Parts: sequence; structure tokens; C-alpha cells
Amino acid sequence: MRSFWLPVWTLSQRELVRFFRQRTRIVGALGQPILFWILFGAGLRGSFQAPKWADRSMSYQEYFTPGVAVMILMFTAIFSTISIIEDRREGFLQGVLVAPISRTALVFGKLCGGTVLAVAQAAAFLLIGPALAWLGLAPTIETGGGMGLLDVLFLFGFMTLLAFALTALGYAIAWPMDSTHGFHAIMSIFLMPMWLLSGAFFPGEGSTWLSWVIRLNPLTYGVAGLRRLMYPERTFGMTPDLPALGPSVLVTVLFCAVCVTLSIRLTRRRTSKDAR
Amino acid sequence: MAVPPAIALQALAHRYGDHQALDDVSFDVAAGEIFGLLGPNGGGKTTLFRVLATLLPVQRGRATLAGFDVAGDPEAVRRAIGVTFQSPSLDKKLTVAENLKHQAHLYGLSGATMRTRIDDLLAKLSLSDRRSDRVESLSGGMQRRVEIAKGLLHEPRVLLLDEPSAGLDPGARHDLWRYLAQLRAEAEVTVLVTTHLMDEAERCDRLAILDRGRIVALGTPDELRSSVGGDCLTIRGDRPDELARRIAERFQVHSQRVGDALRIERERGHDLLRELVDAFPGEIESIALGKPTLEDVFIARTGHRFWDDAKGESSRQSAVGSRQ
Repeated sequence: MRSFWLPVWTLSQRELVRFFRQRTRIVGALGQPILFWILFGAGLRGSFQAPKWADRSMSYQEYFTPGVAVMILMFTAIFSTISIIEDRREGFLQGVLVAPISRTALVFGKLCGGTVLAVAQAAAFLLIGPALAWLGLAPTIETGGGMGLLDVLFLFGFMTLLAFALTALGYAIAWPMDSTHGFHAIMSIFLMPMWLLSGAFFPGEGSTWLSWVIRLNPLTYGVAGLRRLMYPERTFGMTPDLPALGPSVLVTVLFCAVCVTLSIRLTRRRTSKDAR
Repeated sequence: MAVPPAIALQALAHRYGDHQALDDVSFDVAAGEIFGLLGPNGGGKTTLFRVLATLLPVQRGRATLAGFDVAGDPEAVRRAIGVTFQSPSLDKKLTVAENLKHQAHLYGLSGATMRTRIDDLLAKLSLSDRRSDRVESLSGGMQRRVEIAKGLLHEPRVLLLDEPSAGLDPGARHDLWRYLAQLRAEAEVTVLVTTHLMDEAERCDRLAILDRGRIVALGTPDELRSSVGGDCLTIRGDRPDELARRIAERFQVHSQRVGDALRIERERGHDLLRELVDAFPGEIESIALGKPTLEDVFIARTGHRFWDDAKGESSRQSAVGSRQ
């Protein structure tokens, strides 16, 4: 056990230390989503109609809040896995690959480090965001009002699960890549649309094809799970873009399992590429 | 042999697609030896290094390190070896001590044992006062020493170094070799080092010369040099083939065409030099006489120059290029 978890611990610790030494990463991962949240919230306030599932009127900013939290999870999780490309290029990775540790430990080291960073930043947003209402940058949001300790724990647990899944997704994309340019391309044509079409940004009730894409997107279940856990007191309806809590958790667990398995499979393959 | 060899290779071969990177490589390295792998870039030494470091699978043949089979028990091999790569494997954003701490954890060391080892190694490699500095602020020579400290942390029995002096100035290179010799004496580590530098190869106890994936020579530097006749004559002229034919006719001496020059190995080279200059004053542009070097050994065994810089070698150059 120790021979597995000591490397995992040390590698994730390294991720955290590196992150805090690159201040700009903190600004990028947290600052941009908050800015989006404020700007889109202000801009779309007038034209937004509360989705069908809402039990009462809802401002766009309120609707958008879980979406932004997921965006932060996704950006942080995924950007922390880009470091695998840098580790390979800068040579750090080769030292890890010749160490007597299992490659699964290497994967878990990266995933745990990325997950901790992602959850910490999303939590920071959920605390800061509603506080911005005091400054007039956001409408008053009722989030957190009816939350007990247990609800907060469930929320954190679910965010951790989702962050782990997203870090693993980023890892599986980054592992075979040679350059960060390729990663940015995937980011804009695959990951960004995946977020846009998850019910995070808009409900997507108007169009049949859109509602199907949303229904088939695993991230929809992440956003929905988070949304429902944030409002434990309220009863939202069930629609394609807002599945019930049970299916949301189930799909997210499966999504996580698939991404983690894929990451481990890819990493355990010993190819000549590792030796570069 | 009473003590089993630290490294034993039997008919090791490795292919990348169609390209045979290693072909029938066999040799033993005794415990406590500093063994060199000398060869031009693309000669196969880095492939061999990577197979031994367990980064590439063993395709054919057998390799054992410290008694463990590289193919059968790579975990045990990894515990027994320390590896220093050609390109740095340090995290430059972290301090010297942090880099060593993570390395120690990867090898299952922690707590007081880890701290003592780190302190000892930093002292031994004269890095103690830089332990809290970020690696990126260190000179190339110092970074290489941290790299070696990293490789030695778990007290390996065999240390593998790939082009350890790449990017180092002569002073730092000299220091590096002093440390290696000291290590071998104090910690009885077996060292395998790859290099393309002749003066570095000279410092090894024994060496293997690799060219196009094959071992072309094996022995101590002295043995290898004395295997090449007495003296080496290098002759340049306008028409080397024509000149070679005429030298053979007149003196019954075989000369080897190397790039655009001719090379003759021979006892009492100075006598022949005088006779050649007298006989072909118009055809010889320059002629040089020297004691054989390791480079001459390489030329004698392979028939081509160590460095592919001559025009006549351009076809080989492209062949080397396609291997990478």
C-alpha cells in the first residue's frame, strides 16, 4: 500500500507546489470564469427566460452559477493535466518512468493533484460569487440558504467526483500529445463545446437536436447533479437538460470510471515514445 | 568469476520498424567498473541505454543488471539502478531539496533515512549551500550534479549515465569525472556511461565502441589503441583513389579511403611518410603522422569517420537522419 500511495502523495504535492508558484495560473483559472459570470449575468439579464424546470423565476446569473462552477472545475482540472506534456518535454517524466513505481500510481498522482486544485477553486467561486451581490455585481442568490452540513459535504463529494473525471479526461487527451498546441486545439473544438452543451450555459429547450446532444453529453449530468445539490430544498422539474439526482450521480460515476480506466490503459502501454 | 558481472548483455537486439538500432550486442561489465559506450550519434548507444533503463522493452537477447533480468523483473532492475538522462529530469520550478525529496518518495524513502541521505549527498556533491535554491537558478554543471544526486539517492548498485557532460563547459566536465571516480571508490558503484567524446572515453576503465547498432571494439582504451598498428598516416590529395592505387603499386601498402582522405596504419610511419612525399610530390596536398587515438580505432574498425562531416559521406548521413 505504502509503495503505491507514497508516490501518489509526492506527485500530487508537486502539482500543488508548482501551481502556487505560477500565480498567473490562479488568475486564469478563477478570474476568467468569474468575469464571464458577471458579464454574461449583466448582459443576459433582460432576455433570459427561466427554464421550464424552474419552480419560480430565476435570474440568468443564478441559472449560470453551477455552470460556472463546472467551468472552473473543467479548466483547472484540464489545465493541470497539460503539465503532463510539459513534464514529458522538460524531462521530469522520464525520471518518474524509471522509478520503481507502478504507472497507475503516476496517473493517480496527477489526478489527485489536479482534483484538489479544481475543487479548491470551484469552492472559492461558490463562496466569492454570492458575496459579489454586496458590490452590486450580482443579484442576490439564494444558494446555500437551506444547506445543512451534510448537504455541503454531498456537494463537495460530488464536485470531487466530477473534478476527478474531468482531470482524467484531460489526462487521457494530454498523455499521447507532444505539444501543448494540440491540446489547445482539442480544448476549443471538443472540451469547450462539451461544456457549452451541458446545460451549463443555456437550457437548450428550443430545439430537438440540441436537447438530444445535451441528453447524450455526460457533462450534462455533472452540471445537473451540482445544480440539484446546491438547492437541496427546492423541487426542480425533470427535463433532458436537468436529469434527476440519481441518474446524474450514476452517469458521473460511470464517466469517471471510463476516463480513469482510459488514462491508466494509455499510461501502462510501454512505447518508444516514453523514452524520448 | 567470483563476483557476478554488474551488467551482462547477451545478443541484445532492438528494432524501430525497419531500422535495426541494436544488433547482436553482447558484453559484461564487472562490478565497480566505469564502462563507456562510445559511438557517433545514431550509433545505438541511447537505444541501449533506454533498454537498460527499462524504458524500452527487450525485443531479442537478454540483459541483466545487478543480477536481475531486465525483461523478466524490471521492477527489481529499477530499484537497483540509478539513471541520469541526457536531457535534464529535474523540475526547475522546485528547489534542489524538493526535487530530491520527491525522488526519494518515488523510491520508497521517507522520514529520517531520507533526510540523512539527502544531506550526505548534497555535501558529497558540494551542493549543501544551494539546497533551498530553485533548480532554474543553478548553473548547468550544478544542475547535472543535482541530477546525479537524484540518481544516487536510493544507493543503486549500478549508475547509468547518458551523455553526462552534454552542455557542460570543460571545467564542469572535469569536476563531473572527478565525482564519478570518487563515487566508484567510496560507494563501489558500477558506472555505465554513454559518450561521443573521445577524451571522456579515455577516462573509462573499459569501453565498447558502437557503430550502426553493432559493437565494433571492446577493451581498455590502451588495448584498443594498441590494436591499431604503430602509427597513423592521414593523406589528403586531389584524387585520393588514384593516389591509393599508385601507393599500393609502388609500396605494396594498403590505404583506406576515409571521407576525402587516405589513411594508412603502419609501424615506423615516419619512414613511409618520407618515401611517400618523395614519390608523389605533386599528388599529396598534406600528410599527417600521429599515434593512434580512439578515433583511429573507430576508423580502423568501421572504415568511416566518427563524424559525418565529409562530402563523400553524405549518403550515410541521410541514412543516419532517417533513423532518428
